[in-house]
Amino acid sequence: MNWLSQNLHIVGQLLADHLALSIPPILLSLAISVPLGRLAAGSGRLRAPLLTATGLLYAIPSLALFVILPPILGLPLRSGATMVAALTVYGCALLVRGAADAFDSVPEDVRLAAAATGHSRWALFWRVELPLAGPVLLSALRVVVVSTVSLVTVGAVIGISSLGTLFTDGFQRGIDASIVTGIVLTVAVAFLLDALCVLAARALMPWQRVRA
Amino acid sequence: MIEFDAVRKQYPDGTVAVERFDLVVPSHRVVALVGSSGSGKTTLLRMVNRMVEPSSGSVRIDDVDVRSMDPVRLRRSIGYVLQAGGLLPHRTVADNVATVPLLEGRSRRQARADALGLLERVGLDPAIADRYPAQLSGGQQQRVGVARALAADPNILLMDEPFGAVDPIVRDQLQTELRALQADIGKTIVFVTHDIDEAFALADEVVVLRAGAEIAQRGTPAEILAAPADDFVASFVGAGTARRSLRIREIDGRALVVDGDGRPTGVLER
Repeated sequence: MNWLSQNLHIVGQLLADHLALSIPPILLSLAISVPLGRLAAGSGRLRAPLLTATGLLYAIPSLALFVILPPILGLPLRSGATMVAALTVYGCALLVRGAADAFDSVPEDVRLAAAATGHSRWALFWRVELPLAGPVLLSALRVVVVSTVSLVTVGAVIGISSLGTLFTDGFQRGIDASIVTGIVLTVAVAFLLDALCVLAARALMPWQRVRA
Repeated sequence: MIEFDAVRKQYPDGTVAVERFDLVVPSHRVVALVGSSGSGKTTLLRMVNRMVEPSSGSVRIDDVDVRSMDPVRLRRSIGYVLQAGGLLPHRTVADNVATVPLLEGRSRRQARADALGLLERVGLDPAIADRYPAQLSGGQQQRVGVARALAADPNILLMDEPFGAVDPIVRDQLQTELRALQADIGKTIVFVTHDIDEAFALADEVVVLRAGAEIAQRGTPAEILAAPADDFVASFVGAGTARRSLRIREIDGRALVVDGDGRPTGVLER
């Protein structure tokens, strides 16, 4: 506790860095995966190749990804932007399949009824398919949230500061309190962002609460 | 007026849902397309609002080929009632009823006010406006489906097995109410059903279909019941069965109507 109180401002800064590295890739992978997932769900031919290709992205070792992404995207090697890009890749790897499953879960008769009552394709997507895909999409998103928050710590190895820096520093300097603080706060951030997703989903999907 | 002119529907896999079908549905009339599954009746219905496009032939509404109309606008201008209501599960009752007005950009407040009026019109308590479809009984969902179809005040209503998913008592009630409603609003209604009794209960004209939407007979319920065109129609309407063979039996000076098994079905008023 003594260590923590003396290093509060550093820990606070690392916590802020951690959030700044976690939240953008979560939102970006959601924004990229929803249209790709819809595309995969709606097309018999695209489905298998699209899902296999995005799924395989997860097999790329993270350190290798940190090295190959900067030249491809024109980003500096050890930057937050590289980290965000890499985590977006992993996020999409998990979320595209989840989004495809989510759109598959929309009942066909509801889609038909919506079309028959005069929804354009655009209205069908925004007003019917996306909300009804919500519950399954949420489950997939929660996995991405937790996994992203945890993966951010890997960046500490290549010098991108986050709560992971507390482990690398703690190990090198033999400060157990630093290691423990890093682990506890990482779990806490994951828990907090997960809870925010659940709360947002409850507010956005009020019909889910009356089912029972 | 809706005209089916030599329409044919062949699916890519080679199955022919509709061989060749001609029919004129006069304005303000209720026409039932009756047939068992595979008769192509639902395919015909969906051709009217372009949910299905004919392989050849044309469907015209008031002399305009539906193919020349934008499908989305066409569908908004036609009320469509689906089996089990076909409601959007994530929308409240009021929003479901107001589906088309909201799509057309009507203000939420105005759409809601109109929706409450429509709920009353179909015999529902406006207090259910903020519930979700899953919280309603089957009969209530069906009524909401009818209210939604009426929301844009369409000239045409298409109904696909409208009362197939509710129990017989509720079905009778809904049929009676629909007749009363139709007497009031006089829409052009085409509905499909496999239930000949439902067709007789609601339609001015009944079209009995064989496989491939071939017309076995068309006429008023009375004409079909009095003179079935052939054995197919006869067996479809149940001609000659105990249920359709009514006789009169005098009991204590009153004329009782009994069926072929001697079971009483009603009293003859004279």
